[in-house]
Amino acid sequence: MPKRTGAQIIWECLVHEGVHTVFGYPGGAILPAYDAMLDYPIRHVLVRHEQGATHMADGFARAGGGVGVAVATSGPGATNMVTGIATAMMDSSPIVCITGQVPGKLIGYDAFQETDITGITLPITKHSYLVTRVEDIMPAIKEAFHLAKSGRPGPVLVDITKDAQQASTEWAWDPAGVTLRGYRPNRPVTRADIAAAADLIRQARRPVILAGQGVIQSGATRDLLALAERIDAPIAMTLLGLGGVPASHPLNLGMMGMHGEAWVNHAIQEADLLLAFGMRFDDRVTGNAKTYAPHARKIHVDIDPSEINKNVRADAAIVGDLRETLEDLLEGLEAADHAEWIAYIHSMKGDAAVRDIQKLPDNGHLYAAHVINDIWRLTGGNAVVVTDVGQHQMWEAQYYHHETPRSLLTSGGLGTMGFALPAAIGAKMARPEAEVWAVVGDGGFQMTQAELATAAQEGVKVNVAIINNGYLGMVRQWQEFFYERRYAATPLRSPDFVKLAEAHGLEGYRVETRAHVSDIVERARAADGTVIIDFRVEQEDSVYPMVPAGADLHAMIRRPEPSVLAETGADPI
Amino acid sequence: MHHTLVALVEDKPGVLNRVASLFRRRNFNIESLTVGRTAEPGVSRMTIVIDSDQASAERVTAYLYKLVNVIQVEDLGSVPAVARDLALIKVAVGGHDRAALLRVVDETRAHIVDTGEQTITLEITGEPPHVDAVISRLEPLGIIEMVRTGQVAMRRGDTALSAAQYV
Ligand SMILES: Cc1cc2nc3c(=O)[nH]c(=O)nc-3n(C[C@H](O)[C@H](O)[C@H](O)COP(=O)(O)OP(=O)(O)OC[C@H]3O[C@@H](n4cnc5c(N)ncnc54)[C@H](O)[C@@H]3O)c2cc1C
Ligand SMILES: Cc1ncc(C[n+]2csc(CCOP(=O)(O)OP(=O)(O)O)c2C)c(N)n1
Ligand SMILES: [Mg+2]
Repeated sequence: MPKRTGAQIIWECLVHEGVHTVFGYPGGAILPAYDAMLDYPIRHVLVRHEQGATHMADGFARAGGGVGVAVATSGPGATNMVTGIATAMMDSSPIVCITGQVPGKLIGYDAFQETDITGITLPITKHSYLVTRVEDIMPAIKEAFHLAKSGRPGPVLVDITKDAQQASTEWAWDPAGVTLRGYRPNRPVTRADIAAAADLIRQARRPVILAGQGVIQSGATRDLLALAERIDAPIAMTLLGLGGVPASHPLNLGMMGMHGEAWVNHAIQEADLLLAFGMRFDDRVTGNAKTYAPHARKIHVDIDPSEINKNVRADAAIVGDLRETLEDLLEGLEAADHAEWIAYIHSMKGDAAVRDIQKLPDNGHLYAAHVINDIWRLTGGNAVVVTDVGQHQMWEAQYYHHETPRSLLTSGGLGTMGFALPAAIGAKMARPEAEVWAVVGDGGFQMTQAELATAAQEGVKVNVAIINNGYLGMVRQWQEFFYERRYAATPLRSPDFVKLAEAHGLEGYRVETRAHVSDIVERARAADGTVIIDFRVEQEDSVYPMVPAGADLHAMIRRPEPSVLAETGADPI
Repeated sequence: MHHTLVALVEDKPGVLNRVASLFRRRNFNIESLTVGRTAEPGVSRMTIVIDSDQASAERVTAYLYKLVNVIQVEDLGSVPAVARDLALIKVAVGGHDRAALLRVVDETRAHIVDTGEQTITLEITGEPPHVDAVISRLEPLGIIEMVRTGQVAMRRGDTALSAAQYV
């Protein structure tokens, strides 16, 4: 067997795992690995902050369906990753973070740049490893990839001491699969569970399917549509589920929850059966859990047993992979007809033509909804859109109609501002042929705008639409609704984003009227490099409808009349 | 209500921390937690007592399974089980207290494990309520120092909890 250093083994393993791109930032404790990297077919993307590396790895994973890899040094390099790791954990995104650690004999002595990063990240990783011996590097990395992508995916951290990177050993790749005693991610679904669920489905008169990110993660789109069509059940989407079912499919109702469409939430509240597929009943989805879907029995399919009965009690639970479960379910289900129920839900929508915001006359103001709807129209709904967190995120969900899985990447569970730009860069690296848009607020953009330099240096092309409302808009909205318009710390002054783009050698545009949106969007699409567009939108616009945090799901705040902008939700019911 | 959970875990660095951290993170209160070896090399056994209802105990069990190093979990709340707690108790013995103390020893299956000039140290092993009862009888005599191991427990009958099926 040939001799390899620990540093070489790291890259050997990554290459064997199919990795070709990593996002990272060097430093003393990871220096041996960086030195060895030059001899391997790895594209290293030098980020400007390690948080950016984790979001890029996350975006890479969400867009491409593989595992994203981020690399950092010990101490501050590792702690800078914390937000990105927590973001990936909440949304079950498979990333592997590799950090350097001080030499083993210095651990525990408060050595220079020593941080207990496995301790710090314990509750925000699926699992983690502290590797102090060169022989343990391969098992740790193999297990890390296995854990990150199997079962319910998630982030795994591998912390490797500098001396383990420097030590040598005789080494060969072990092609054997990983087995872990305490880890049984894919339990076989039992027949009895399937039969119980099928029974409930047969009895249902007013069923609603709740489609979550699990649909995308298990690749279950086709089976889900087959089931929905067979049993004639409408589908409501979670934020993270968007794209899992084509927006244009007649059974797709749209997004549920806090900023979901009114008719979707009403349908859920009136349903007699909810089929929760790969979604975890987040509190932004249920509102007040006590009054949630009071007439409905619930079937919950989730690969993670701890999600069953966590937020909502299930009448039938199936623990297992969604796609396999749907295949099994489909076998025994006969066709059903719920035309009346579906017609009733559609009647709550009102007239679709009224809701088409393209048809609204231009009143001289620029609304975020128009900007996003135009981007949707001009990209033919085929872009990968990565959003940040805030009002623009919700408008994206409402006005960009996603047709394919992995075409909306957004931080749902943690709601991490600063996610969009780095995650978009990561997404573009995973899918170079895709058109990638970052839709980001003026606030969140400034949290990670340093990664513009990364995009410029790497020659990565993403289109950045800054929805610039001069406020931390979502917080301002809460202040407007719930704090008597006392705008504490939400007005926001920003730099000249066009000049900022230019300072990076990138193209930048400012758009202040609706008439100019299309032209500039097309220019951005045609440009070779990253383009920033500063959309100066209406400053005090709010996202409607809105279920106040903890309120009943049917108790939505509606857009006040007279309305300048058609609400996505139809007339108040 | 008390729930006694038994977890077979891999004997690896940091596993105790992962388990303890889980209870803190998920906002459960641990009444007692013990760790020790099992008959199988590389496998440790934890006995965790929590104060929770049945639904919460089920949630904790599911969360425990999410830990990669946890091999198997059993909730002994729902099956007949033997539970034991051990206490070492140092009691002051001035004059007539000694007779009172010896009466407690006689009547409660406690053992004297050490005698000092002014103290006697007792060992009591038994069901946790029994240990509680002995302690309350000793309290009036003046407990100077006490330690309890926390509960260990095992299912009654021929069924055995073993990690052997998961290798
Ligand atoms: C400002 C803001 C507003 C928001 N408003 C809304 C809103 O109005 N509506 C809304 O829906 N969300 C909203 N969210 C997002 C919300 O917080 C949650 O992130 C989101 O609802 C979670 O969606 P999910 O349950 O589908 O995804 P996840 O949280 O990713 O859960 C997916 C579930 O699927 C399971 N799963 C994974 N893989 C498989 C598989 N192979 N087989 C079976 N199961 C699997 C997982 O175990 C998990 O339980 C908002 C977020 C922010 C930041
Ligand atoms: C890192 C982080 N800090 C704070 C918040 C709380 N927060 C949620 S939305 C929001 C406002 C976002 O403002 P902006 O980026 O301008 O987007 P807008 O809502 O105006 O579209 C804030 C501060 C958060 N989600 N993330
Ligand atoms: Mg803003």
